[in-house]
Amino acid sequence: MRQPRAILVTQGLSKEFQGFRAVSAVDLSVAEGTVHALVGPNGAGKTTLFNLLTGFLKPTAGRITFDGHDITGQPPERIAGLGVARSFQVTSLFEQMTAREHVELALQSGTGLGRRFWRTDTLMRRFSGRALELLGDVGLAHLADRPAGHLPYGQKRALELALALALDPALLLLDEPTAGMGLEDIDRTVALVDQIREGRTVVMVEHNMSVVGSLADTVTVLQRGEVLVEGPYDRVKTDPRVVEAYLGADVA
Amino acid sequence: MILALLDKLHGRPVWIRWGLFAAGLLVALGLPWSLYPPVATDILCWGLFAVAFDLLLGHAGLLSFGHAAFWGSSAYVTGLIALHSGLPFYVAVLGGAGAAALLALPIGFLAVRRSGIYFAMVTLAFAQMVYFIANQWGDVTGGENGLQGIPRDLPGFDLSDSFVFYYAALPVVLLGLAAAWRIAHSPFGRVIAAVRDNPARARALGYPADRYKLVVFTVSAFLSGLAGGLYAVNHGFASLQEVYWTTSGKVVVMTVLGGMGTLWGSLLGAGAIVRLEDWLSTSGFEETGLVTGGVFIVVVLLFRRGVWGTLAHALRPRSGSSTPDPEPHLEHDHGDASQPVSP
Repeated sequence: MRQPRAILVTQGLSKEFQGFRAVSAVDLSVAEGTVHALVGPNGAGKTTLFNLLTGFLKPTAGRITFDGHDITGQPPERIAGLGVARSFQVTSLFEQMTAREHVELALQSGTGLGRRFWRTDTLMRRFSGRALELLGDVGLAHLADRPAGHLPYGQKRALELALALALDPALLLLDEPTAGMGLEDIDRTVALVDQIREGRTVVMVEHNMSVVGSLADTVTVLQRGEVLVEGPYDRVKTDPRVVEAYLGADVA
Repeated sequence: MILALLDKLHGRPVWIRWGLFAAGLLVALGLPWSLYPPVATDILCWGLFAVAFDLLLGHAGLLSFGHAAFWGSSAYVTGLIALHSGLPFYVAVLGGAGAAALLALPIGFLAVRRSGIYFAMVTLAFAQMVYFIANQWGDVTGGENGLQGIPRDLPGFDLSDSFVFYYAALPVVLLGLAAAWRIAHSPFGRVIAAVRDNPARARALGYPADRYKLVVFTVSAFLSGLAGGLYAVNHGFASLQEVYWTTSGKVVVMTVLGGMGTLWGSLLGAGAIVRLEDWLSTSGFEETGLVTGGVFIVVVLLFRRGVWGTLAHALRPRSGSSTPDPEPHLEHDHGDASQPVSP
């Protein structure tokens, strides 16, 4: 079998906060077309790693390459423009905008329409059809015209996902997509991620091991900012170091 | 006031919109009949200034405390062009506004990297530098005396009568207001609102937040410059008062009084303040700041949506799935710092 190409590579990636090494010399290689999960106890550096990958933090040392581009220290909008979309761990929306306006705004990104200050914003309706489709995919079609601030928590998470999808990214970074969701929402999210992985690469931070088990091709376990173990889920979950560090009770 | 009422009434019955539009137009056309004409023109100038300011404060969430730099620098440049070239005053005002926009580029470039109180302080610091330069560079600006005898040239017209001049200035102001309205309701305006509410998210969607802020800052400065240039032509002089920090403060008061983020409320705020100050000074009351400051405090404490916002909120149709008008809010401290960074 042909070895798939690595679409995202980090070399010696480190981030220090006033002497504290949140991410320490991480070498990560994400194969194109796979779902790659980042797991680890709280404080392992997963979200910091995400913020480094998407340009919200600048690394203290190391390099990040995406699809052949060196994106180390690039601003978030540039990285997004290259085809990397992310969701946020803490839901991060525009409270006064409706769900549909959110997705329209995301679809508009990259078309250049957002720079037209002399045109009417009714032009954005050209994105409405596609926006409603995407909202339908995440189960939000019936709430399309509700301001995001008025959506229940689980549906805000779903909107996060729709926003990331609207960018039609080659690489999708999901920061705890099922955090705080009920079982039903988790199942739907898993099914959705399984569906959208077609033709893209997904990196996800996830605490829910059954979600990781059913989606991830590769799992990287982080501990105190360092890579502890990496490999397929079945091998990683029985690794004694992992059991000790993190899974413990889950696997026993 | 023209186009006015289209804004807050977005989504309301068309006849109400056009009715308010017509009413605004009538008020604008009739103003110099009911007021001393130079005061009516002052209301136009301050109204445009406040609307330009609200584009930045209400729509982009950026509180500038240095907008006198743009109003004032345009007043000087407009005056210089009018004094030395003999060109129509429209050209002079346009030149002044262009100069204000040019000045806004470097100031904005440095200021938009900060938010909240830091943005306000950076803009204030630059405005104080402009004041200092205007004061020191007496050969050009006239120093303490200001630029005097700025003419109101327009070939074929005699604009020496302030009543006539009002109608010459009105189209400039109407165009400026229309531009502000257009920008607020453009695809660009939507991005600006997104950047205001959540810059990190906007950047993750691929929008360079700082560049958008810089553009709206520059446009706001240009429109403020139109207003300041007209003001200088109206009075026939440009003085240090135009670049002084109290001018920056006054436009904040007008915008907040009218209702920030409502765009047209700023016109009401400007009209009220100009009228009040005129009335106080003609009745021989010197400490106008005492009264306008008091009004400001009452509005901030009791009517946070301002005059326009409070009215629109009270008259809002209650049927259907209407959602509460959000309380006006300033930009919180965000940017990269708001990112959840859990080490």
